[in-house]
Amino acid sequence: MGSTKTMNMIEAINSALDIMLERDPDVVLMGEDIGYFGGVFRATAGLQAKHGKTRVFDTPISECGIIGAGVGMAAYGLRPVPEIQFADYIYPGLDQLVSEAARLRYRSAGDFICPMTVRSPFGGGIFGGQTHSQSPESLFTHVCGIKTVVPSNPHDAKGLLIAAIEDNDPVIFFEPKRIYNGPFSGYYDRPVEPWSKHAASDVPEGYYRIELGKAGIVREGEALTILTYGTMVHVVQTVVAELRVDAEIVDLRTLLPLDVDTIEESAKKTGRCLVVHEATRTSGFGAELAALVQERCFYHLEAPVERVTGFDTPYPHSLEWAYFPGPVRIAGAIEKIMKD
Amino acid sequence: MTSKKSNLAPLRLHIPEPKFRPGDEADFSDISIPAIDAIARPDEASVPADIHSLAFGLVRVLDNDHQAKGSWNPNLDAGQLRLMLRNMMLTRAFDDRMFRAQRQGKTSFYMKSTGEEATSVATAMALASDDMCFPSYRQQGILLTRGYPIVRMMNQIYSNSQDHLKGRQLPIMYSAPEHSFFTISGNLATQYPQAVGWAMASASRGDTRISAVWCGEGSTAEGDFHSAMTFAAVYNAPVILQVVNNQWAISSFSGIAGGERTTFAARGLGYGIASLRVDGNDPLAVYAAMRWAADRARTNNGPTFIEYFTYRAEGHSTSDDPGAYRAAKEFEKWPLGDPVDRLKKHLILLGEWSEEQHQAQHEELADLVKKTQKEAEANGILGHGMHQPFETMFEDVFEEMPWHLKEQCDQMVAEQYRKFGPEWEPK
Repeated sequence: MGSTKTMNMIEAINSALDIMLERDPDVVLMGEDIGYFGGVFRATAGLQAKHGKTRVFDTPISECGIIGAGVGMAAYGLRPVPEIQFADYIYPGLDQLVSEAARLRYRSAGDFICPMTVRSPFGGGIFGGQTHSQSPESLFTHVCGIKTVVPSNPHDAKGLLIAAIEDNDPVIFFEPKRIYNGPFSGYYDRPVEPWSKHAASDVPEGYYRIELGKAGIVREGEALTILTYGTMVHVVQTVVAELRVDAEIVDLRTLLPLDVDTIEESAKKTGRCLVVHEATRTSGFGAELAALVQERCFYHLEAPVERVTGFDTPYPHSLEWAYFPGPVRIAGAIEKIMKD
Repeated sequence: MTSKKSNLAPLRLHIPEPKFRPGDEADFSDISIPAIDAIARPDEASVPADIHSLAFGLVRVLDNDHQAKGSWNPNLDAGQLRLMLRNMMLTRAFDDRMFRAQRQGKTSFYMKSTGEEATSVATAMALASDDMCFPSYRQQGILLTRGYPIVRMMNQIYSNSQDHLKGRQLPIMYSAPEHSFFTISGNLATQYPQAVGWAMASASRGDTRISAVWCGEGSTAEGDFHSAMTFAAVYNAPVILQVVNNQWAISSFSGIAGGERTTFAARGLGYGIASLRVDGNDPLAVYAAMRWAADRARTNNGPTFIEYFTYRAEGHSTSDDPGAYRAAKEFEKWPLGDPVDRLKKHLILLGEWSEEQHQAQHEELADLVKKTQKEAEANGILGHGMHQPFETMFEDVFEEMPWHLKEQCDQMVAEQYRKFGPEWEPK
């Protein structure tokens, strides 16, 4: 891996894209504003100048066209990495993802495949209102044939993105934009701590992979298991430290395929389980996690599995911090689980 | 609810209606057929803005007297003309046989292309054999023209043991990469942006292959269509975007897709794409238009949009009864005739074909299809026997099977034991 460098999430993602453009002539990047300008979050900054316009280019504002063209490019033999500027804008491309990209291998019995990685900033906590804050991951985990990945720090983001691009199946790669520049404690009124103060900002400059489908244990513990991903990994860590509870925090990293062994092992060990995600509650990915833990660990459980999630409303603008599953909601759930 | 301002005329909502419904006598005398070369064939490198009128005209070659005329005449030799006729007749023979097989309960579904054979056969003949085709669901003529084994098409239709798609797809949703034929989706117009993406990839790699895509006039209303047109124009993609306007989208006439106001070909103009409207029942005009468009794409002159004006002679599919919504005998009255009949008469006029030869070829192809059908049926028919190992249901969802699919596969196998008893062995 060679030398390391301090990177924030954006820099780590940029580095992964740069390396893959260099290593594999089939990799192409496309999306709204990603070319000359380098993307609204700067994730592709400098890449067009370095790798050329036919490898990194701007697209019309048409998510259907972006994903659809990506499927065609993949059928040709390329490895497209389209960016959808915000996950909230992915819906016009949904048919191309659900009915086409996800099923190409299956319906053609392997005649055609779709090694496409769709990157998209997602999640709230940035005063983005209902159109720049959503967490639609469970729409994709519900689709057969797509992998769904959510990194929570610069080191993982780079290794997971490289693995996603090299994967021969379509991958949705959701980037929690609240933590692009630094981990989020959950306290919106406190100064943001930069990634440079966090161990996971120490990122190898070269190529490395983090295997898809493997969770990471952020904190080992005995009292309860907390299953989470993305921004919430950091909020949960804050709360666990405040409550001085010996929680085991599992960062899922890949939602599908899910690392069920790590989940099962941890939940059986602690006997208590909390699921935390930003997305809305009903039919959210937390429901799947709660069902799996119940199915596999019921006789080891001391308390019902709890879920901490966003509320089942559109993402509000001014009331963002009443909506967001922050420290108060998480602490309440932990106290309830530990009381049982 | 209604705001009443008595001095204003009430607004009216327009719901388009076809001219004829069941019980009516179809009469298409109002359809204007421009003279051959009303607009002459422009240079392939023409700027789209200079050739707008082609979107409102009708590219024609075969005249009412069955002669090939005008500047669009591709001047094919007799051998090519006979091959074109044979490919169209083979498509029709195949359609007739497979339609009957569905009616006999040997498969679940079929879709004929009767009357529209030229739009896949003549186009495929005008393309290079490795140009990538993104078909809709009625372009079986492409595969038959490119020499795809008929028995493989039938195996797919029967979802039998030799169906290389493992019985996963509805009949006729073929996939043939070795014949540069993309896997058919069944969702409408999704192939449009994909074909553009394929062409963009080909251009970005300095390849020489182009792509071609087909959809019906009904699905030009899909967002995918418009996204694709935008991308094709923006990137000057080497793609030929085609609309087979066969007048009917299941029971909805072309007016429900916007056909009352302008031609479908005219949709290309707003994107700045060269656009042609072509007599889709004239195989030589279809060939000439595709050749023009392909030459354009191959010389980096960009995309072409083509409307084939044709008529769907049969139902949408075996699940459809057109007698319930359109006038009988519309096809007989269709002013542009039948592509097979027109090419046959042209060849006879040239002295290169005869009624006897035609009848003999008709019988030969019917026999060929029938013989091949027997061969395919030896591999099984839908609903009679288990043709695919159960486990194949879980394969190809991903390159490698994840744990949750392995678990579900085990569950399914256990269900089969429960269903068939302890003697049962997985196939």
